[in-house]
Amino acid sequence: MNFYHYAAPATFYPLAGKLWPWFAAIAALLGLIGLYIGFVVAPTDAQQGEVYRVIFIHVPAAWMSMFIYLVMAGYCALGLAFKTRLSAMMASALAPTGAMFTFVALWTGALWGKPTWGTWWAWDARMTSELILLFLYLGFIALQSAIEDPRRADRAGAVLALVGVVNIPIIYFSVKWWNTLHQGASVSLTAAPKMAETMLWGMLIMALAAWAYAIAMSLLRVRAIIIERERQTEWLVEALEAER
Amino acid sequence: MGWIMAGLAILGVAVGLILNAFNSSLVFYFSPSQVVNREAPQGRAFRVGGLVEAGSVQRSQDSLEIRFRVTDTVSTIPVVYQGILPDLFREGKGVVAQGRLQPDGSFHASEVLAKHDENYMPPEAAHAVEQAQKAQKTVVAK
Repeated sequence: MNFYHYAAPATFYPLAGKLWPWFAAIAALLGLIGLYIGFVVAPTDAQQGEVYRVIFIHVPAAWMSMFIYLVMAGYCALGLAFKTRLSAMMASALAPTGAMFTFVALWTGALWGKPTWGTWWAWDARMTSELILLFLYLGFIALQSAIEDPRRADRAGAVLALVGVVNIPIIYFSVKWWNTLHQGASVSLTAAPKMAETMLWGMLIMALAAWAYAIAMSLLRVRAIIIERERQTEWLVEALEAER
Repeated sequence: MGWIMAGLAILGVAVGLILNAFNSSLVFYFSPSQVVNREAPQGRAFRVGGLVEAGSVQRSQDSLEIRFRVTDTVSTIPVVYQGILPDLFREGKGVVAQGRLQPDGSFHASEVLAKHDENYMPPEAAHAVEQAQKAQKTVVAK
């Protein structure tokens, strides 16, 4: 298999067109199952009562906010190193979804924080670094749209994204490195989960739904970016004709 | 290309140094042991965090004043607070109080937040855990 074959916008455009409806369908299906488990099947929490159910949205959103940033930075690095057009486009396609998940994580966290901690917001290390992540996403989007020449825009955005990667381990380990108001991880790769099994299942299914949603949205968005940037190429004119 | 890499490396080092410098102010709260050892800031407001010592909560009859002790199982700090407590404020559970240390060693809090732990379980499971811990204590006592 030739990697460069799929890295060509001409090949990727129809492929993305075929794939995204499937991922959107998976996201909708898993989202419904996950929400049903989370809000109907899963038991009440002993300490917090019903308000804990926000984790079924908050935790997957927070995971995705960090993971999408890593993928985006990975594409940026590829784009800088190999000057592949598609990787820069994928990075731009991922940024809005990442920003959306970051915002959802912050917002649901605030909704949960008021009844449990007694405050909407605290400047502890976890929350502050997650807010910085939102600004990194928004800064990336703003910087790219501020520069007219797409190649220069890609390069400037890539440098910003790569510098920002340092923030990801800070977010993830903040609850270990410093005293924070935010509790430690309930689910991690290295320890047994600290939650009841049904709750865990609901959360994992919601996480998979969030993955599928992110993939569907970025494929859909990258098609729009390809159309915008390759509009003068012959293959795109033909592809658009064929779709009509 | 080389310049970009060099620039990235320098930026990375700079961010690392800044974080290192900020390390102390990134601490959201101090433990009672740190306060007792005078590692907490003197003469200005800070936060103290730990567990609400079981059996230490005293409510005033005629005002919103509440007294409790915050412990990290090694040291304890007596806290005085006037106001409404968050729902999850419980004896034996986590708490973060913001305020000033008084000359008499007590802590006058202006804000009290509950700190939740990372355990999520249904009430039945929590009850079972409680029973098991009680059973263990009786065995130890014997």
